[in-house]
Amino acid sequence: MSKKSLKARENLMAKANEQLKFLSNGVFEDDLPTFKTKLSEENQFPLKPNKLEILQINLGYMCNQVCAHCHVDAGPDRKEIMTKSTMKSCLKVIQETEAHTLDLTGGAPEMNPHFRWFVEEASKAGIKDFIVRSNLTIIEANKRYKDLPDFFKKHKVHVVSSMPHWTEDKTDHQRGKGVFNKSIKALKKLNEVGYGMPNSSLKLDLVYNPSGAFLPTNQEVMQRDFKEKLIANFDIHFHQLFAITNLPISRFLDYLIASENYEDYMFSLVEAFNPAAVINVMCRNTLSVSWDGFLYDCDFNQMLEMKIDSKIQHINNYNETKIQDRAIKIHQHCYGCTAGAGSSCQGNIT
Amino acid sequence: MADYYEQKDLRNFGKITEWSEELGEKFFDYYSKVFEEGKLTGREKSLIALAVAHVVKCPYCIDAYTKDGLQRGITKEEMMEAVHTGAAMEAGANLVHATQMMKKYKKLSH
Repeated sequence: MSKKSLKARENLMAKANEQLKFLSNGVFEDDLPTFKTKLSEENQFPLKPNKLEILQINLGYMCNQVCAHCHVDAGPDRKEIMTKSTMKSCLKVIQETEAHTLDLTGGAPEMNPHFRWFVEEASKAGIKDFIVRSNLTIIEANKRYKDLPDFFKKHKVHVVSSMPHWTEDKTDHQRGKGVFNKSIKALKKLNEVGYGMPNSSLKLDLVYNPSGAFLPTNQEVMQRDFKEKLIANFDIHFHQLFAITNLPISRFLDYLIASENYEDYMFSLVEAFNPAAVINVMCRNTLSVSWDGFLYDCDFNQMLEMKIDSKIQHINNYNETKIQDRAIKIHQHCYGCTAGAGSSCQGNIT
Repeated sequence: MADYYEQKDLRNFGKITEWSEELGEKFFDYYSKVFEEGKLTGREKSLIALAVAHVVKCPYCIDAYTKDGLQRGITKEEMMEAVHTGAAMEAGANLVHATQMMKKYKKLSH
């Protein structure tokens, strides 16, 4: 596994326009319907947003890990970090919006030097569900992060963490050597302060995404298996498991192409298209803010540099009413969110 | 014969129904019902299917149930044990016929 991002390696798939070009051609020229065609067949085009419920803020692409399937292409060499000034603009919006969920992501959001200040300020806004997407290993990465479990607890943060499998072999293969053992240590520390324990209000959820060119299976069955194995092998507890489909962008797209799995994977996604998932697809109730304050329909569109289709495209001139009157931007990667039981940052959607 | 067992042919499996709708649909209904969670879990059925796929040496089935196993979080060690179970059954079914050979040998030998 490379220890550098696609961007640092000057890989073609680090460029959004190259990814979109690739997703427009090949199998989508003759064999498969584009996502737009598929939505039109279901009378769902153009896709329109519903009421905003989730504000997802990306605090930067810097990360202590370089995961094989990262759609952000995050890593230690990524220097894009949200400034305090942009955070202040976000706070203004957080105080005004009626969205019930605030979702901080990255990279490793904790690596942003203003992370703790931002969490302290944002937690005052009284948002119902305040999520931090923590990669777990950050808690073990450096002594300045060791108190994160207590910090999360103090601000009643809902912790959501990636865990591709309950075995070391599969987890390390996807997320890097040593990640599994560090993640287990971090999970134990979170459990120790009350996170993830039965009946605890300190929410700890895990995210499962497949470690290869296949779709996730039934979320409830996976959750049952994960709980059984993590309790039996490590006495680790968590609340829910979110099964997320890998979308064909960035590093995962690069992997699909290099391993000659791209065509089969796209056929699988299109074959698994579920019209019911379109109703609840996350871009209809979510807005994604990038490290530099621009607005996107979702985190994936952010990585493909597809800003929202509105005159207002930046957090500095945010106007929820005007933004809600837009068509959601789509492309072939959107098939990832409508396959099977559907996929979102909160797991299945049907 | 180079166009036999092309990977993409598996995508057309559902099309067998086009040339015999009733039988095709009955087969697919039966097939999907069998693989639902029942007294056996979907996981257990997937491993049985993988073992059988090797016993009947069906390349499509091997592809399909390796992928199915991965989707279900089945480990490579579990998959290999399942394949060995099938292989042992095949070897056993073969070797148990040695009793016939031994019986015949003894009968024919003076």
